[in-house]
Amino acid sequence: MTHWIILPIVLPALLAPFMVLTARHHIGIQRVFSLAGIVGLIALSIGLVWQVSDGSVIYYRLSDWAAPFGIVIVGDRLSTLMVLLTSVLALFVLLYAIGSKWDERGRHFHALFQFQLMGILGAFLTGDLFNLFVFFEVLLIASYGLMIHAGGNARLRAGVQYVLFNLIGSTLFLFALGSIYAETGTLNMADLAQRVTLIGAEETVGIRIAAVLLLLVFAIKAALVPLHFWLPSSYAEAPAPVAALFAIMTKVGAYAIIRVYTMIFPPELEVTSGMHDLWLLPAALVSLAIGMIGVLAARKLDRLVAFSIIGSMGMVMVAISLFTPSSIGAALYYIVHSTLAGAILFLITDLVRTGRGTLDLTAQPPMMGTHMTAGMFFAGAIAMAGLPPLSGFLGKLMVLDAAYSDDLVVWVWAIVLSSSLISVVGFARAGSIVFWKALGTQATVEPATDLSRPSALAYAAIGGLFALLVAHTVFAGTVHSYTTEIAEELFDHESYFSLVLDTPGKLSNPKEAH
Amino acid sequence: MELIVASAIGVLTAAGIYLVLRLRTFPVILGMSLLTYAVNVFLFASGRLTIGAPPILDDAAITYTDPLPQALVLTAIVISFGMTAVVVMIGLGAYLGSDDDHVDDQPESDASEERP
Repeated sequence: MTHWIILPIVLPALLAPFMVLTARHHIGIQRVFSLAGIVGLIALSIGLVWQVSDGSVIYYRLSDWAAPFGIVIVGDRLSTLMVLLTSVLALFVLLYAIGSKWDERGRHFHALFQFQLMGILGAFLTGDLFNLFVFFEVLLIASYGLMIHAGGNARLRAGVQYVLFNLIGSTLFLFALGSIYAETGTLNMADLAQRVTLIGAEETVGIRIAAVLLLLVFAIKAALVPLHFWLPSSYAEAPAPVAALFAIMTKVGAYAIIRVYTMIFPPELEVTSGMHDLWLLPAALVSLAIGMIGVLAARKLDRLVAFSIIGSMGMVMVAISLFTPSSIGAALYYIVHSTLAGAILFLITDLVRTGRGTLDLTAQPPMMGTHMTAGMFFAGAIAMAGLPPLSGFLGKLMVLDAAYSDDLVVWVWAIVLSSSLISVVGFARAGSIVFWKALGTQATVEPATDLSRPSALAYAAIGGLFALLVAHTVFAGTVHSYTTEIAEELFDHESYFSLVLDTPGKLSNPKEAH
Repeated sequence: MELIVASAIGVLTAAGIYLVLRLRTFPVILGMSLLTYAVNVFLFASGRLTIGAPPILDDAAITYTDPLPQALVLTAIVISFGMTAVVVMIGLGAYLGSDDDHVDDQPESDASEERP
């Protein structure tokens, strides 16, 4: 048993209170600790990815209590990939927050940031459903603080909506967990997966309700239509670096759906049959369409980006809801892409806001520093809309390819392709209004000289995210074969189950029992 | 006893959902509290209802009650308590700032105002 896998959760959990207690008035020291913590996280997660890259599974029993009784932390290739993605994204988002001085505009930004990371990484690594709930709450309560960072009325009002929506989601989560426990008597994922197969065909009511409730909870997180209403205003009003970090939060919902609905309630399971193919795919297709139509209809740039996040989550969910190894492999590739692209677009939106003063999609006086920002917006829009040469195009191609043998292939192809066209038009419209349709050719406003102008570090952070996106495109073959291997492993759990359930620990020694 | 517990959960949930669908912050927060009470009782009941039985090992005991839901409820109570405090504070801040405690989106004209 290795202790390394618990460290991505413990490190931010210790660092955050340390920063609050010792350095709360020294932003410089906070920055140093925060950056050092995230660099450490990246090193840890690279180590974990390397350790499981041969297909093995590593796990950790908290206090050595054996699996169905105690909580286990499990790392396989899927969860370590998500951990790596989170910590790399966090590094660039933090660099941007420092470069644009967003972290100075309110208190405890860095501590909340670390708590947020702790929650997200814990949700990816845990092997216990109730523990997943606890980590969801950790990441949510940190996100409430980050969401209203720097204050302002519009932001607080959006924050109220965001908090209330997520509180209802948490309540639903608890109802689902209660029903699951009442039906099966366990909350450990591996144990649960084995017990639901023992439920007779005539007693499926309770477990079906629990499975649907759980799907609703994860769909709220993943902003699947019709549960997406919280996303546009909260993401648009949140501070830009926070919104960029939130790009990974919708993926937590997608990850949870992949994990729970391939392991505990797989499509071939009899007691929950009809759930996967009947509801999930149509809902995903509708969210893809609504997201991209929202891109075309948005009147402000930040709402436009928020709707493009809904659209890209719809795309991810389309691929997931086909539930084949090749489609989930494509979904994982697209998840990495859409996290990076969404974060890039939110950060660029912030650059536009600083240069232009407003995000309304109407003609305004020309802004300064346009060529750099416009060029980056162009590239980010290409990535998000899924045009060649960036990885969005390859991701969509993989999803379309994976959908080829499905019954609903006509619908998938039609909606994916037409929504791509709509989003291209939407992004082109927004870009041309913001960057080309300036009022007059002369600068009618004085170039802003205030200190809140983003520094070179902010541009470098966005450039770093672009470099990752390009690398994701160049090494698409390697990444895609890796994600496909992950997806195949998801449909074959034997090594995971035997490792978690049959390894002796306190209270349980399967070898002695036999 | 099953009937009483079940109908209590039902009434709490129904009242909570009704209040959550209101338009102003205060009833919505009250509704959220009722919903969390309902879910706490529900979690208790998920380990089956047993009267007068110990949850931990005891030589004299004939039957036991399930200890796990009690631990789960404890966690859920702590979390929902903290969350309610957070939402009260944010709601209060939003109300004092904009002199308006509606939870829906504000009209478009206000939304375009300058943000810091």
